[in-house]
Amino acid sequence: MAGCYTLGQHPETPLSYSLTHLKTLESEAVHIMREVAAQFERPVLLFSGGKDSIVMLRIAEKAFRPAKFPFPLLHIDTGHNFEEAIDYRDRRAAELGEQLIVRKVEDSIKAGRVQEEPGPNPSRNRLQTTTLLDSIDEFEFDAAFGGARRDEEKARAKERIFSFRDEFGQWDPKNQRPELWNLYNGKIRKGEHIRVFPLSNWTEMDVWQYIASEELEIPSIYYSHQREVIDRNGMMLPVSPFITIDDSETPRTETVRFRTVGDMTCTAAVHSPASNIHDIIAEVAAARITERGATRADDKFSEAAMEDRKKEGYF
Amino acid sequence: MSTATPSIDHDAYLKMDLLRLMTCGSVDDGKSTLIGRLLYDSKTIFEDQLEAVEESSKRRGDENVNLALVTDGLRAEREQGITIDVAYRYFATPKRKFIIADTPGHIQYTRNMVTGASTANLALILVDARHGVVEQTRRHSFISSLLRIPHLVVCVNKMDLVGWDEQVYNDICSDFREFAAKLDVSDISFIPMSALCGDNVVDRSENMDWYQGSPLLHHLENVHIASDRNLIDPRFPVQWIIRPHSEEHHDYRGYGGSVASGIFRPGDEIVALPSGFESRIKSIEQMDQKLDEAFPPMAVCLRLEDDIDISRGDMICRKNNQPHVGQDLEAMVCWMNQVPMTPRKKYILKHTTRECRCMIQETQYRLDINSMRREETEGNLELNEIGRVKLRTTHPLFYDEYRRCRQTGSFILIEESTYETVGVGMIVGN
Repeated sequence: MAGCYTLGQHPETPLSYSLTHLKTLESEAVHIMREVAAQFERPVLLFSGGKDSIVMLRIAEKAFRPAKFPFPLLHIDTGHNFEEAIDYRDRRAAELGEQLIVRKVEDSIKAGRVQEEPGPNPSRNRLQTTTLLDSIDEFEFDAAFGGARRDEEKARAKERIFSFRDEFGQWDPKNQRPELWNLYNGKIRKGEHIRVFPLSNWTEMDVWQYIASEELEIPSIYYSHQREVIDRNGMMLPVSPFITIDDSETPRTETVRFRTVGDMTCTAAVHSPASNIHDIIAEVAAARITERGATRADDKFSEAAMEDRKKEGYF
Repeated sequence: MSTATPSIDHDAYLKMDLLRLMTCGSVDDGKSTLIGRLLYDSKTIFEDQLEAVEESSKRRGDENVNLALVTDGLRAEREQGITIDVAYRYFATPKRKFIIADTPGHIQYTRNMVTGASTANLALILVDARHGVVEQTRRHSFISSLLRIPHLVVCVNKMDLVGWDEQVYNDICSDFREFAAKLDVSDISFIPMSALCGDNVVDRSENMDWYQGSPLLHHLENVHIASDRNLIDPRFPVQWIIRPHSEEHHDYRGYGGSVASGIFRPGDEIVALPSGFESRIKSIEQMDQKLDEAFPPMAVCLRLEDDIDISRGDMICRKNNQPHVGQDLEAMVCWMNQVPMTPRKKYILKHTTRECRCMIQETQYRLDINSMRREETEGNLELNEIGRVKLRTTHPLFYDEYRRCRQTGSFILIEESTYETVGVGMIVGN
């Protein structure tokens, strides 16, 4: 054995052995993915074509290449997605040579599993929870990777990396398993599953910096472009077949981009000239509003909106 | 609110390191106010978050913006003005990125503190200047030392309420030093502050010119953490075998895992446990890259010169520096569940990437975490209690003492019928 050593007492350690924070986060995420692969029978990775799930795919490459991923990709298609994100999704899955499963909210509606919200501007944000839980049942998935980060929202700040869901897919914030060191307890019974968030400790800035340093391609809607928009509830919503525009709303064309990829019915645009990844990073650095607050109508309803949806089985 | 734009230089951002810190305390200590202040003064709180907090403060009838509301995330916490669980907060300065594990401080939340402490490099211990070192201060400090947090920062808070008096501060420091002599902590610092007024949090206090040290944020940005890890004892718990089964990579066999401690380089002679087979590292890979070395906490893929039988749960180390191998352990165990730990009961044990069953042999003593005294016990450990426990595992573990290596010295216990994580352990010896 080497000489006497205790934590915190090695001043002669060369600095070259310090790992940067992005590499530390990357290593943590790779560790989590491998742990899931080893502990579960049928994991799945939720891939939407959004920036967080794009980073997850790169993490999976780092964890498992040159082998294939030990899980398929799954997208819950609300039918209200941006075309550019769907194109990207299909192209990226093909490039990686990995299996992509798509399940549609439209089909859940046709099958009578859920009902479209009444009113002129239905959101399918809530409905996708049913489609997701049905897909988990259909394929008997026992673990599902999601790209959620703890910096996004208050309820998420308290969620475990391995987040236990009962047979109804529900999250119980007061009864979470303690999570210490890098030891993860993935034990479940049949019908239960675990949501796993490998990017829990990343911030929006980390995600963008990682995309830049790994030179990852992202859907074009993240970059500045011309688009028809309307103003609604203080936000610029993209004009699409999925929203009803009333007389008081006048569509106009603006130079915008999107900070998140969600449904076209509830993902707002921001004014931006950012045409490359470094412009985006500069913009995020200067931004004074969180990405969810700026661009997601779904979280604005109440202070505890996300907590409520998560308890029902939302990601 | 200022619209100062921190200049984000991509190269500089990529060079920043990561400091994980833990705060423990209750709203009464001003803990949440301190975190709110760090986030607010470092311009991490966004406008919409601040608006939401202002609105909640108004609704609750608070006179000032209640910065504590920034950190309390769950509805029950906001309603009751308490922190229930560990909340993780993130902020960055041009020098460093920080992850705060924010934990409640009351004794019934010991398990949450232990959770937050398990990954922390540094703990902030809050002391109310009016009350000095109290039971809670001792408890938090003891848990920090038990979990081997290398750096402690004692924040003597609410100095505004004691007239910014240097004597009060000095007395608290010497009280703390006297008690801390019994702790196993190598680095302790003291900072007088007022989180409410912002003195010595981010900016230097104008009310305490007698204090020559750094404000808190400056200290957090500069404390030396690179030596906190063990770079001496190479340990690589094998996590996942990479076998492509493809034409192109027909004979490829790699061992995926995260370096627990020490440094690995291509050419190193290694031994795999439990088989004892020896080989040499052919390459260290990550995706299409080949690396010159791997050190903690890097997650990599090791390839060996020889095709030897290695599977998940095995340990790769150096021939002349091996961990202990054994089935009989002694550990400090913290109990995390309502149902107490009982001797002779069996649990599932997870240690590194290994899983086996174990039986509790006996509880040697229980620790009063307020007085740090050892107490006799019938053998049970109740929720939030910490004790020294002997246990026996069904299979040999490859372990080090926790004080030497956190990753190979820690384990969790899982109840066999509910699958809940019920206990956590830090290995003392055998």
